[in-house]
Amino acid sequence: MKVIFKKSYDRDIDLFKDRQTALRIGLLVLVLVLVPFFASDYFLAEATNTLIWSLAGLGLMVLVGHTGQVSLGHAAFLAIGAYTDAALMNAGWPWLLAFLTAGAVTGVFGAIIAIPAIRMSGIYLAIATMALAVLVEEAVILAEPITGGVAGVFAPDIAIFGISFGRYDSLPNFYWLCLAVVVIVTFGYANLLRSATGRSFLAVRDSEISARALGINVSRTKTLAFGLSCAITGLAGGLMGHFFSFFNYEAFTIIISINLLLAVTIGGLGHIQGAFAGAILITAVPQVLAIVRDGLSNIGVDLSGVPGLDTLVFSLILIGFIIYEPLGIYGRYLKIKAFWDLFPLSRRDMFRRQMTYLKTERMK
Amino acid sequence: MEFIQLIIGGVANGCVYGLIALGFVLIYKSSEGVNFAQGDMMMLGAFVALGFVNDDYFGLAFLPGIILACIVMGGVGYSMDRFVVRKIFGQPQFALVILTIAIGFVLRFVAGAIWGYSPLVLETPYAGLTFAFGGLIISAEDAVTILATILLTAVLWYFFAFTRIGLATQAASQNQLSAYYMGIPVKFLNSLIWGLSGIVATIAGVLAASKGTIDPNLGLIGIKAFAAAVIGGFGSLPGALAGGLIIGVIEPIAARYGPAGVSQTAPYVFMLLVLILRPAGLFSQITAKKV
Repeated sequence: MKVIFKKSYDRDIDLFKDRQTALRIGLLVLVLVLVPFFASDYFLAEATNTLIWSLAGLGLMVLVGHTGQVSLGHAAFLAIGAYTDAALMNAGWPWLLAFLTAGAVTGVFGAIIAIPAIRMSGIYLAIATMALAVLVEEAVILAEPITGGVAGVFAPDIAIFGISFGRYDSLPNFYWLCLAVVVIVTFGYANLLRSATGRSFLAVRDSEISARALGINVSRTKTLAFGLSCAITGLAGGLMGHFFSFFNYEAFTIIISINLLLAVTIGGLGHIQGAFAGAILITAVPQVLAIVRDGLSNIGVDLSGVPGLDTLVFSLILIGFIIYEPLGIYGRYLKIKAFWDLFPLSRRDMFRRQMTYLKTERMK
Repeated sequence: MEFIQLIIGGVANGCVYGLIALGFVLIYKSSEGVNFAQGDMMMLGAFVALGFVNDDYFGLAFLPGIILACIVMGGVGYSMDRFVVRKIFGQPQFALVILTIAIGFVLRFVAGAIWGYSPLVLETPYAGLTFAFGGLIISAEDAVTILATILLTAVLWYFFAFTRIGLATQAASQNQLSAYYMGIPVKFLNSLIWGLSGIVATIAGVLAASKGTIDPNLGLIGIKAFAAAVIGGFGSLPGALAGGLIIGVIEPIAARYGPAGVSQTAPYVFMLLVLILRPAGLFSQITAKKV
C-alpha cells in the first residue's frame, strides 16, 4: 500500500490521488479514443449506447449517490432533454447551441421541480418523482406540435463546421462526440466534488441537521443538486435522441427511470465510477445473454421463446447485490483492491457491515 | 343520474386501488418499508386465481379456487419476507425500494412465463349480470367489488382490533424493540403481515380481473395505488382505502368533464398537490417525523 506524503492541506482534495492514478485514467481515455479503429460497427454502437447511459447515470448519481435524494423519475428529464434538442435542431439551430440549451432547459426545469421536492424525503420523494415521470409522459403525448405526439419526432443528424457526426453515416465521429461530452462532464463532476459545493452535497446526504449546523443552506444545496443532476441527464437525453434518430414517448417510459436507478445502485452509489459500472452492466446484460442464448441453441437448448429473460437476469443480479453487496460493483472492487494492497495483512472484519437499526420515521 | 352512475363505477375502481394501497400500508405500518412489488403481487394473485378457476387450467369452482389462490399468495408474501426481505434488515429504506422493484420484475417474468403475455379473462360466475335501480344500472362486477371490499375491511378491522395476533401486530408496529422485549415474535409477525398483504393483493387482483382482462403488466396500476396511499397518508389503513376511493372517483369525472388527457394525469396531479400542501397525507396518523 502506497502512503502519500502530504505537504499541504490542498493535497487532500487533489483531483488525482497520485501520478499513477492520473496516468491510469489518461490511458483509459486513450484506449476509449482508439476504440473505433479496431471495433466493429455493432460493437461501436453498443459502446456509444453505454457512454450515453453512463452520462445519464452520472446525472442521477449527483442526486442519489451524492445528495441522497432518490428519484424514480429521471426518464422525464431524459425526455425533456431529447425533445428540446430535437425541436431546436428542427427549428434550424446548430447542434452545439441546441444541445447546451437542452441541458440548460432541463436543469431549470429540475430546479423548479426541486422547489416542492426538497420538502419531501425518502419514500415520498421517490413516489412524487415517479408521478412526475408519468405526468411528463402524458404531457409529451399532448404537446404534439413540439413532440410529434404519439407518432414521434425525428432528430436530425449532427454536423459541426460541415463535418458530419451522424449516428448512421459516421458512427465513429458520433462515438467520439459522445466520449468528449462524457469526459468533459466527468471532469467537471470530479472537480465539483472537490469544491465546497460538492462537499456540501455530501454533508446534506449524510445528515441534514449537521449540514445545517455547519452553515450549509440545505434548500439551496438540494435545489442546486436537482438542477445539476437534471441538466446532466438532459444532456444525456439529447445524445440519446440522436442515438435513436427517431423516437416517441415510448423511449422514455417509467421503466427507463427505474432501470437507470437500478443501474447506479448496482454500480455503486456515491462513486463516479459506479455510474459507469452500472451503465456497462445494464447495456451488457442483453448482449451477453444473446451470446449465451446462441451458445445454448447450438447444444439444443432453445431459450428464444422466453421473452423478458434479460430483465429477469438483471433483476436477479440486482437482488444478489442488494443482499450481499449493498455497496455495488465499485464497492466490491474497492474491497478486493484493499485486500491485495494490504496482503497478507487484511482482515475480514475490516469491511464488516455495522449493525444499523432502522431509523424510525414515526414519533409520537 | 349520469353523475351518480359515474360515481358508482369510480367507487368500484377505487375499491381496487384502495385494496392495493392497503397492502402497501400494511407493510409500511409493520416495518416502515414500502413494497414496490405490491402491484405485481396483485397481478400474480389474479393469475394464480385464474389458474385455479378457469376451465383451461384446473377448473375448480369459483370460491374454493379464490381461497386456494389466497393461500398460495399468502405463502408467496410470507416467504418473500422470510427468505429475501429479512436479509436486508437494518439497511436503509431505499434498499428495500430497489429490492422490491427487482422482485416485481421477477414476479412479472414468472407470470409471463407461465400464462403468457396475451390478455386473459378470469371466468367469474357473475360475469355480465346487471342490476337496475330506477335509472341506475349497476353491474354485478361493481357490486361484488364494493361488497367484497367492505367485507374485507370489516375482517381486517376485527383482526387488528380484537384478535391476539392482531393486537401483537399493532404493538410491534408502534415500537418494534419494546414489543420484542415483551416476548412478541416481531420477525414472525412481519412475515405474517407480508403474507396478509399478499392475500389482500390477491383479492384486489381477482376484483380487478373480474372487471376486464389481465396480463403481466396489470401490476402497473400499482403506481395509481401509490397515489392512493400517499393521498391517504402512508401510515393509515382507512386513509389508504379513502385515497383509493378518491382516485377512483376523480378519474371518470375528469374523463367525462375535463379535456383530453386529464383523466390519466388527474390522480397524479392531485397526489402532488397533497404532497406539497399536506405532505403527511389527508388522514395521517404520523404526528411528527424524526430527521
